[in-house]
Amino acid sequence: MKLELGKIHIHDVKFGEKTEIRSGVLYVNADELRELVLRDDRLIDCHVELAHPGESVRITPVKDVIEPRLKVEGPGVVFPGVMGKVTEVGHGKTYCMDGLCVVTVGKIVGFQEGVIDMSGPAAEYCPFSKTQNVCVVIEPKEGLETHVYESAGRMAGLSAATYLAKALKDQTPDETEVFETKPLLEQAAQYPDLPRVGYIHMLQSQGLLHDTYYYGVDAKQIVPTIMYPEEIFDGAIISGNCVAPCDKVTTYHHLHNPVIEDLFRQHGKTVNFMGVILTNENVFLMDKERHSDMTSKLCEYLGLEGVLLTEEGYGNPDTDLMMNCKKTTQRGTKVVIITDEFPGRDGKSYSLADVCKEADTMISCGNGNVVIHFPAMDRLIGTQDFIEMQIGGWVGCKNEDGSFDAEIQIIIASTIANGFNKLCARGY
Amino acid sequence: MICGDNYFGSHIESGVVDEILELIRPLSPDAFVAGPAFNAGRYGVACGTMAKAVQDALSIPVVSGMYRENPGVDMFRKDIYIIETKDSSADMRNAAPKMAKLLKKLVNGEEVLGPKEEGYLEKGIRVNYFNERRGSERAVELLVRKIKGEETYTDYPMPVIDHVAPAPPLKDLSKAKIALITSGGVVPQGNPDHIESSSATKWGKYSIAGMDHADKKDFMTIHGGYDRAFITEDPDLCIPVDALRKLEKEGVIGKLTDYFITTTGTGTATNSSKRFAEEYIPLLKEDGVDAVLMVST
Amino acid sequence: MHVCTVVPISLTIGANRIVPAIGIPYPLGNPTLGEKKSYEIREGLVRRALKTLTVPVEEQTVFEEDF
Repeated sequence: MKLELGKIHIHDVKFGEKTEIRSGVLYVNADELRELVLRDDRLIDCHVELAHPGESVRITPVKDVIEPRLKVEGPGVVFPGVMGKVTEVGHGKTYCMDGLCVVTVGKIVGFQEGVIDMSGPAAEYCPFSKTQNVCVVIEPKEGLETHVYESAGRMAGLSAATYLAKALKDQTPDETEVFETKPLLEQAAQYPDLPRVGYIHMLQSQGLLHDTYYYGVDAKQIVPTIMYPEEIFDGAIISGNCVAPCDKVTTYHHLHNPVIEDLFRQHGKTVNFMGVILTNENVFLMDKERHSDMTSKLCEYLGLEGVLLTEEGYGNPDTDLMMNCKKTTQRGTKVVIITDEFPGRDGKSYSLADVCKEADTMISCGNGNVVIHFPAMDRLIGTQDFIEMQIGGWVGCKNEDGSFDAEIQIIIASTIANGFNKLCARGY
Repeated sequence: MICGDNYFGSHIESGVVDEILELIRPLSPDAFVAGPAFNAGRYGVACGTMAKAVQDALSIPVVSGMYRENPGVDMFRKDIYIIETKDSSADMRNAAPKMAKLLKKLVNGEEVLGPKEEGYLEKGIRVNYFNERRGSERAVELLVRKIKGEETYTDYPMPVIDHVAPAPPLKDLSKAKIALITSGGVVPQGNPDHIESSSATKWGKYSIAGMDHADKKDFMTIHGGYDRAFITEDPDLCIPVDALRKLEKEGVIGKLTDYFITTTGTGTATNSSKRFAEEYIPLLKEDGVDAVLMVST
Repeated sequence: MHVCTVVPISLTIGANRIVPAIGIPYPLGNPTLGEKKSYEIREGLVRRALKTLTVPVEEQTVFEEDF
């Protein structure tokens, strides 16, 4: 499988009469976008706001973040099985808006939606403080059942991204990357002297606000399977979850999976990147046992010498992480774990809910319990009404001037557990 | 200050700590050094005990020094700075300057760097910093090293978690008073004590007196770590008041307490959980509870 | 004694008498099988859990089945 990813750099976003890209600036026709989102009768209102890096702007409660991408050559559409027919993707050519994101905002479904500050101390922790953001603020119908509201929010973001992506059509990429993975035996033969490595990608699949979709299939219904890494760049995986904001793998982060990106950077140099094993994090022990067995079996079957292993969320998924690590190691594949830590506000408790001795090489994505101050911002996109309830906040954490204190786990993707950020924790 | 290990060890309960504190207090020290104890176990425990006591009572910087396997290390590393020494006093020449340097920094309020830089035994406090490279890039490199059999590292050494001996069985279940505790986040409607949905810092004790089941009119769940739809509809799925009441009536158990104890388990720090237990155990004891049924989601 | 879904965590943290629960969103019962069946499952698990308190254990023990 071979995919060319053409990046069109976007350095600013403005409202305009026509949705188009001119000289690296995206112009958005807000009325058209709004009308499109409101075709969903589960929503009664929608407005579009823009946020730029460095502005005194706070966006919350954030549900998902998505990079607009467009399939320009090859079969299928971006977000197959969700925004169009379900056709295998990952072949041909795809364009993306590099530096621009759609941010879905709306009152909370649960407690798990997060905060993006475009400047100030919290901006240091958030990847989306550095992107141009088109915020789609939605208002659901009164009394919408929570699962239905989650779905409406998810679709609003994906529709908006798909709409904006059309502006990529006749653009010339500023930069092009080519990714290629051959069928197993050929791939093994291509770099016979390099270690064969893979990636075990654990998809969050615990139910409401903790779901992920693979080609439109709810990930809790899958058994572990193999994927060409290129498929993910075309949106084969989308986020339907909000877990804790800090380690939410947004749809943006699926499109930009850092483990896959960095394995490709070393492909043919220090590693032979063979492919991706997808598994899930279900709520029944039987599933956890069965799927960690299968994951380790696939590693063995593919002849992998090493794998990277990531999870989404914390708490009981730590058990899936440890079971995968333990069984895969015992079957002869070396494992490096990437995850984030929750050792309490004083940093003195155990960082993970479960541990095993095989997890002897772990990369940390930081301590999510650290408390920081969020100063008041000049402009608010969304509402701060729920800050005290959102994960990372507490009753009394908010001040009258709009500032508040909270654990950094309230910030979207601040400690995302796949190594996207530079944040790390160490022992003192 | 000189005190023999044996004297210290055998007089802890009769107040040797306070005795020494009262000798130190009039001197109004700016800092306090205990040891180094190297690998002398009882001496290590005495150094740790006194250093922590001085730190707590006088609020001044303290430093000790010990060999990694000294039992005083595990007891006090989270509370005080312990410079790592070798296992015998032959290492004094190395240990003393490190202890002096660190103590000086503490007294002057200068930034204390990590355990490697300063030479102290890790206190087990997880502190954030920004690495030069992102995690995924470091992970790929680490994996290659691991496969090649080269030297590896870990950002987080897996902890050894302490276990307790099993409690002896109940003599007679039909006479036992049973309490119900959950980490499933079930609370009275409205969450009166504002227990957090994740990383709880509080627990609650709520009445189930006179209830033959846990009704959704009375209870809700605020747990942020699972799909709450089922327990919202039927709280007995998490706090089985209905089944326990039936067994109480049948005489299988003696009595169910008039209350249950609850918190949110997800993301909750183990030290918070420990504190919760230390807070509610005396209440359970006072109430004559014989055994606890704990339910986790 | 500890009734929990994720038995491995219970073992890691050191519970000594463990009864595996049904699932994270419904540890005691199974609402997908209807109220009556769900209650029967709950009562069965609670009975087993209480019974573990009456037997001596030497080490961490998972009571997988009624005994």
